[in-house]
Amino acid sequence: MWQELRAELHPHGLEIVTVALDARGQSAARPWIEKAQPEHPSLIDESHELDRLGVVNVPTGIWIDEAGTIVRPPEIAYPRRPSFKDREVPADATPLDRERVELTRKLTVEAERYVAALRDWVEKGAASRYALTPDEVVRRSRPRPVEEATADAHFALGRELHLMGERELAIEHFREAHRLHPTNWTYRRDAWAMAGPEYASIYGTTWLDDVKREGVENYYPRLEL
Amino acid sequence: MIFRSPRVTAAQLERATGWQLKPEGLCRGERCVPFAVASPDAIELSDVSRALGMPLVAEPQAELWALGPESGGKALATATLPDIELPDLEGRMFRLSSLRGQKVLLVAWASW
Repeated sequence: MWQELRAELHPHGLEIVTVALDARGQSAARPWIEKAQPEHPSLIDESHELDRLGVVNVPTGIWIDEAGTIVRPPEIAYPRRPSFKDREVPADATPLDRERVELTRKLTVEAERYVAALRDWVEKGAASRYALTPDEVVRRSRPRPVEEATADAHFALGRELHLMGERELAIEHFREAHRLHPTNWTYRRDAWAMAGPEYASIYGTTWLDDVKREGVENYYPRLEL
Repeated sequence: MIFRSPRVTAAQLERATGWQLKPEGLCRGERCVPFAVASPDAIELSDVSRALGMPLVAEPQAELWALGPESGGKALATATLPDIELPDLEGRMFRLSSLRGQKVLLVAWASW
């Protein structure tokens, strides 16, 4: 997804690093990475370390300057308009399929604004109006109440238990992570991926149910550029 | 952060959390939090949890414990990127700090 933009901006001093938030690790991410053949570093984050910086959904971008200082905290990052924004409802779609396609089309995606801001920063560096001061980066980063920090511990236990083959116990901890941090979509969707096609009956919910409950406008919040 | 015992050594704690046991308490970077410990070889995770605001969750059936990150503040306590090291597809470890001197767009994505 990022190769084109990387080819454009790498000669001007930008490196892109893509990180797969996949508890199932290499096996899950490999087909995608091998298909994309990225020239940039492409890493795997099985334990969702990036969630601790405030990542709650994907794709999320974080800008880091030459000195290793974050100049924009996590925010939704699309390099171009994704195909789901223009997807047609198939003629043979079930009512549920139709609802899913229609809801997905409503998700907020601001690829043009995001890429314009990124180009501006690559050109102007700290003088770019999109490069935030350290205080502003901290101010804009997500609060971490004790419930969300506890959800992190439950997610870690869930992942470890899943690896140990303790599926039932793992699911209990994933459920608890979802309950304590309902707006963290990476906890939900990764746990569902681990559960497989039966995830809806195991967790008693679906992506569609959860997006509707949290509000489609909150799934990808508007960029505050 | 996963632990297989409710007690850890100072070295294990530092490896897992970045918090170092010093005479003045638990320290990370310039920040120190008062912390009294009888032995640096047997630090109770529950004491660490209370001192640092890191929630401790136990799973007794599997003898596992997990500490969450520090709570009550912001996800980013400072704008300095933590020293994150992650593997690539071949398992080679890559440190984000190796990119100093370049601007970096770090993108989280997923296969799911």
